Amino acid sequence: MNMTWKGWLSRATVAGGLALGTLAATAASAQETIKVGILHSLSGTMAISETTLKDVMLMLIDEQNKKGGVLGKKLEAVVVDPASNWPLFAEKARELIAKDKVSAVFGCWTSVSRKSVLPVFKELNSILFYPVQYEGEESERNVFYTGAAPNQQAIPAVDYLMKEEKVQRWVLEGTDYVYPRTTNKILEAYLKAKGVKPEDISINYTPFGQSDWQTRVAAIKSFGSAGKKTAVVSTINGDANVPFYKELANQGLKATDIPVVAFSVGEEELAGIDTKPLLGHLAAWNYFMSIDTPANKAFIKQWHDFTKNPKRVTNDPMEAHYIGFNMWVKAVEKAGTIEPDKVIAALPGTKQDNLTGGTSEMLANHHITKPVFIGEIKDNGQFDVVWKTDGLIAGDAWSKELDGSKDLEADWVKLNCGNYNTKTKKCGGA
Amino acid sequence: MTPLLSRIDRQGWIFLGVLAAACVVVPVLNLTTAPGSGLHVPTYAVSLMGKYLAYAILALSLDLVWGYCGILSLGHGAFFALGGYAMGMYLMRQIGPRGVYGNPVLPDFMVFLNYKALPWYWHGFDLFPFAALMVLVVPGLLAFVFGWLAFRSRVTGVYLSIITQAMTFALMLAFFRNDMGLGGNNGLTDFKDVLGFNVQAQGTRVVLFVLTALALALAYLVARFMTTSAFGKVLVAIRDAESRTRFLGYRTAHFKVLAFTVSAMMAGVAGALYVPQVGIINPSEFAPANSIEAVIWVAVGGRGTLVGAALGAVLVNYAKTLLTGAMPDAWLFALGALFVVVTLFLPRGIVGTLVERLGSRRARARLPGPAPGEIPPALAEEGRGS
Amino acid sequence: MRRCLVLLIAACCAAWSLAAAAQSPPAGAGQPSPEAAYARLASDSYGDIEAGIALLAASGDPRAGAVLRALADNRLLFRPDDRLLAIRDGAALTDARTGAALPGADGLKPVRLNNRVRRAIDAAQGSLNLLAPDAGTRRVAADAVFKARDTAVLPALDAALARESDAGVKRTMQEARAAALLASPGTPEGERLGAVSVLQARGDSEALAILRGLSADPAASVRDAAARGVTGIETRMALMANVQNAWYGVSLGSVLLLAAIGLAITFGVMGIINMAHGEMVMLGAYTTYLVQELIRQNAPALFGWSLPIAIPLAFLVAGAVGILIERVVIRHLYGRPLETLLATWGISLILQQAVRSVFGPSNREVGAPSYMAGAFDLFGLSITWGRLWIVVFALAVFLALNLILKATSFGLKTRAVTQNRRMASAMGIRTPWIDAFTFGLGSGIAGVAGVALSQIDNVSPNLGQGYIIDSFLVVVFGGVGNLWGTLVAALTLGVANKFLEPYAGAVLGKILLLVFIILFIQKRPRGLFALKGRAVEA
Repeated sequence: MNMTWKGWLSRATVAGGLALGTLAATAASAQETIKVGILHSLSGTMAISETTLKDVMLMLIDEQNKKGGVLGKKLEAVVVDPASNWPLFAEKARELIAKDKVSAVFGCWTSVSRKSVLPVFKELNSILFYPVQYEGEESERNVFYTGAAPNQQAIPAVDYLMKEEKVQRWVLEGTDYVYPRTTNKILEAYLKAKGVKPEDISINYTPFGQSDWQTRVAAIKSFGSAGKKTAVVSTINGDANVPFYKELANQGLKATDIPVVAFSVGEEELAGIDTKPLLGHLAAWNYFMSIDTPANKAFIKQWHDFTKNPKRVTNDPMEAHYIGFNMWVKAVEKAGTIEPDKVIAALPGTKQDNLTGGTSEMLANHHITKPVFIGEIKDNGQFDVVWKTDGLIAGDAWSKELDGSKDLEADWVKLNCGNYNTKTKKCGGA
Repeated sequence: MTPLLSRIDRQGWIFLGVLAAACVVVPVLNLTTAPGSGLHVPTYAVSLMGKYLAYAILALSLDLVWGYCGILSLGHGAFFALGGYAMGMYLMRQIGPRGVYGNPVLPDFMVFLNYKALPWYWHGFDLFPFAALMVLVVPGLLAFVFGWLAFRSRVTGVYLSIITQAMTFALMLAFFRNDMGLGGNNGLTDFKDVLGFNVQAQGTRVVLFVLTALALALAYLVARFMTTSAFGKVLVAIRDAESRTRFLGYRTAHFKVLAFTVSAMMAGVAGALYVPQVGIINPSEFAPANSIEAVIWVAVGGRGTLVGAALGAVLVNYAKTLLTGAMPDAWLFALGALFVVVTLFLPRGIVGTLVERLGSRRARARLPGPAPGEIPPALAEEGRGS
Repeated sequence: MRRCLVLLIAACCAAWSLAAAAQSPPAGAGQPSPEAAYARLASDSYGDIEAGIALLAASGDPRAGAVLRALADNRLLFRPDDRLLAIRDGAALTDARTGAALPGADGLKPVRLNNRVRRAIDAAQGSLNLLAPDAGTRRVAADAVFKARDTAVLPALDAALARESDAGVKRTMQEARAAALLASPGTPEGERLGAVSVLQARGDSEALAILRGLSADPAASVRDAAARGVTGIETRMALMANVQNAWYGVSLGSVLLLAAIGLAITFGVMGIINMAHGEMVMLGAYTTYLVQELIRQNAPALFGWSLPIAIPLAFLVAGAVGILIERVVIRHLYGRPLETLLATWGISLILQQAVRSVFGPSNREVGAPSYMAGAFDLFGLSITWGRLWIVVFALAVFLALNLILKATSFGLKTRAVTQNRRMASAMGIRTPWIDAFTFGLGSGIAGVAGVALSQIDNVSPNLGQGYIIDSFLVVVFGGVGNLWGTLVAALTLGVANKFLEPYAGAVLGKILLLVFIILFIQKRPRGLFALKGRAVEA
């Protein structure tokens, strides 16, 4: 019995090896194409958010190929799975650039994954499009940030709460990692500048994947009972949000009493929650699925057709990829080549209509202009836009609210520098 | 020297031979051949192989305690990560004023978290000898204290496994905290130089690879020396019947503490070599899943064979690299199936099975038998072979 | 559409100034005309709508209640051109002003809501419903009035108080009256003092908020009374906080118990290091999701039954998968327990990826039936129904499991097989089947736990990963092979965690607990409740 198993096994190993070999062979035998790398986790903790972005990239590439590709060549997507493992992100980025020779990479979600791949993109001189709202304090020559910087999301949201809801007391509730830390630091400085007293600001951090929120929600409730209108600014990360909102609903904390404005909760996250008890809680984004424009309608239809699922939602990072990808196509066509240096030079100034009725532009600091929307959660899991900025807001790479970075400026067109110090007139931060 | 050399068996010679060949062939193929040619080994592949070899050292260190002493540590990733952090702190200090904020002393994340001065535990890490010492001392000390407590209290079997897991989990949570002053979730990254050489330069990468291969060879020799000495015989005795060994007058706890500490130091070295090659160290290296995976490498390669542990680490990680690229949506199926199949059909792992089929009877006798009860409940005691 | 948005913003800005004017009802105007209110409501501006609501409530229009209800439910529509207001009832439309049917009206769009508007609706409905026939409605109304703190409702409140017969509702109304009195600057000192004592007696966080707001009161006596009230309430709340913490701890402990109890069978009793345990929990949660989807599509009325239906199904699904795993893989590994770690780890990867492939990587929505939602007050202790049911459920599962193991013939055989396999086999017990069913039982229990956990956590492929380490810790801390140990360990860890959290923070608290467990195992290397006898010494 044992022997036959082993015989079977050795044959299976040979067969497996052959299968892998054929896979590699089919990849190599394709026509000459322009390759585009997709670096999003398809397994592990971040798969929950990132898989959608892989799908949307496949859809955009498919669409572009139907239009005839780029520079007369078809685009070819190269998908890898960095498995929510940060060193693996760096390894896979290296593989995409050095082995698969992709012309640009669209990917990453968490800040740490971006930090992990940064040295690789710098070393091998390639292009990364990063589609997620993030903490700012960064501008790299090889990275294009199509998500929101803090001034494109957090500050307008706080302004709205101060004006519309007359909020005087603030709970800044976040997961303990760099994005909430920075955002809260910026918000704290901003609120204090607006005359909010230090005792009216409570900052708290919880670990990743926090699933028991009883104590925290009770603490928020008691902080909110000081006789002043209180709001929660939530930078709670992905997984921890569902239990947080479930606990809010269970403890009867309604939006009319203590509204929660979130920067990491979009349509995709709400898909896992019964939103009826959450009616009226807020989120700030640069895109909402519910925004009624022809471009957005067409995009949603295309998404539903592509995924063959009329229930799939769209969200902000998907729009960021939409903008980023189309900007890349335009820049490649303008440069007439996929050579990274030329595409990097061609990208600033590129304009692309976004899905909410404006036209975003890639700026010299590699961030883009975006409108800011405040949405209230509706009972169907969508957002109702209750406020929007007048025009598009330019993304700041360096926050003007922070001591360390208010003198820094990023300009890759004129200064060719990501951290130019306007005081010392030197590139390099000091 | 001769007594040591005589202790290396046939697989050992093959293993050392392959490592020596890799030390020569890989650099030559990388540095001398043209990038287009069929023989060329691209630089990214060199770093990738360096990473596998660092994992191999970790697997080897785990095999030393698990395969020969019966201590199933589900927290060896912690020692690996601590070594990595020690190296990462050195590399951070080498960045100097080249960070984005341009602070000559403080790393970027400290400037950003409003640190005014360097925390005390960061002092000294600008000197390589100190950092190198810490790579050994920090994991070694933790293992010593942990082992001293656990082995003297006679915590064994699954209880020990679970508390090692609790240890690495607690460390992970601690390192995730931004207030630890070690970079929080982002960890340490964006390294520039190691000993004055650019970490990203082709030459540095090749040298790091060769160093890792040499460290692996050295770790193998140390482990081999320990396991074939009289000391090793006692270890195996402890593995197979701890109470009996104790009754024979051996202070089993001392043997275990020593083996555990040496093993942790090896893991620390592995982490230190790993960090400059992958370019980042962060708290997820402490994740219990990583430690469990290391156990799986050892099991795939063959527990209690040393060479097998190293081979298992390389093979499983190579499969991972291959599969995450070739079948990104389904690689977990393949990896999961691999683990199940190996357990069912190759209970002694790859090397163990090869030894069993090709090797002598004596070699077979040295392998651990069907685990004699690391688990207290009755099933283990009864033993029902398939 | 872009134009619409621009218009909307312009309207918002315009309404901003109007809203300020509308906050206090026009003095000396007596009752405002309903038409003025309706004209304001038919608008795209939150400020106008908010003003319209206040006007409508004050107008005494008999249709006000119906209109506000429609507005709150998002059923109030308007036509911008002629300010027509309509209420939608299913497919039928009626004129909001008259109640007449409006067949075929078009160009209507919903009157929009935001938090400000919702607050205004709550307040207005409160003042309108104070005289409602149903005591429950009156209580809700009085609560809304309490929150609104609007002096304009004082006459209505007084009238309602005079007629109120229900003692509880009467008290809420008095509290609402006190809150409104304190909000008005013109209230005489004596009445203010009375109001303070009413609020002090209420003694909850909202009363505290109002009393704290009195620190700048012109009258010294009121200031002092308020300060005393604040201290009194704070002392009591600090005391209650400890009880509350204990409850949170029990509730967290019961979650840990649920997560760990299946493992106490597969790992504790059978000795299989079952790394796929978390995935069994996940399967249970996904079963709940499927049951709810089916019910939503086919029989929405049964939604309240979705959890009771899901429990046996989750048990069967997870149990069947467990038996399958046991038959195909684990039965070859008895006597090689460490290899079960390897194989079950592989299985857990496969199961996770399988669920990800079938259901997609994102969270699935599992709703809470009405009896699981909301909270109730027990002597000042806020207890959420969901948590209470989970505690009850965890204990019920624990007792049932104990009963199965202690009082059934299957349980007897299970214990016999795990204690002495050969002897049991010699007595005619079919050991392979007992193994399979015991593993199935442990897995099934894990599936049942998944039903409960789906109520408080993400239903995603990663669900199980979040619980596996805690589960192993609980089983080991309690003592392997001992169900009671698992119970005590889970509750101890839960309560300790919740008492540490307010002082040390969530992360540090957890780290401290882990260190404690590590040290505790040194003291008692076999857990809290060690098994006695020879089997222990391996």
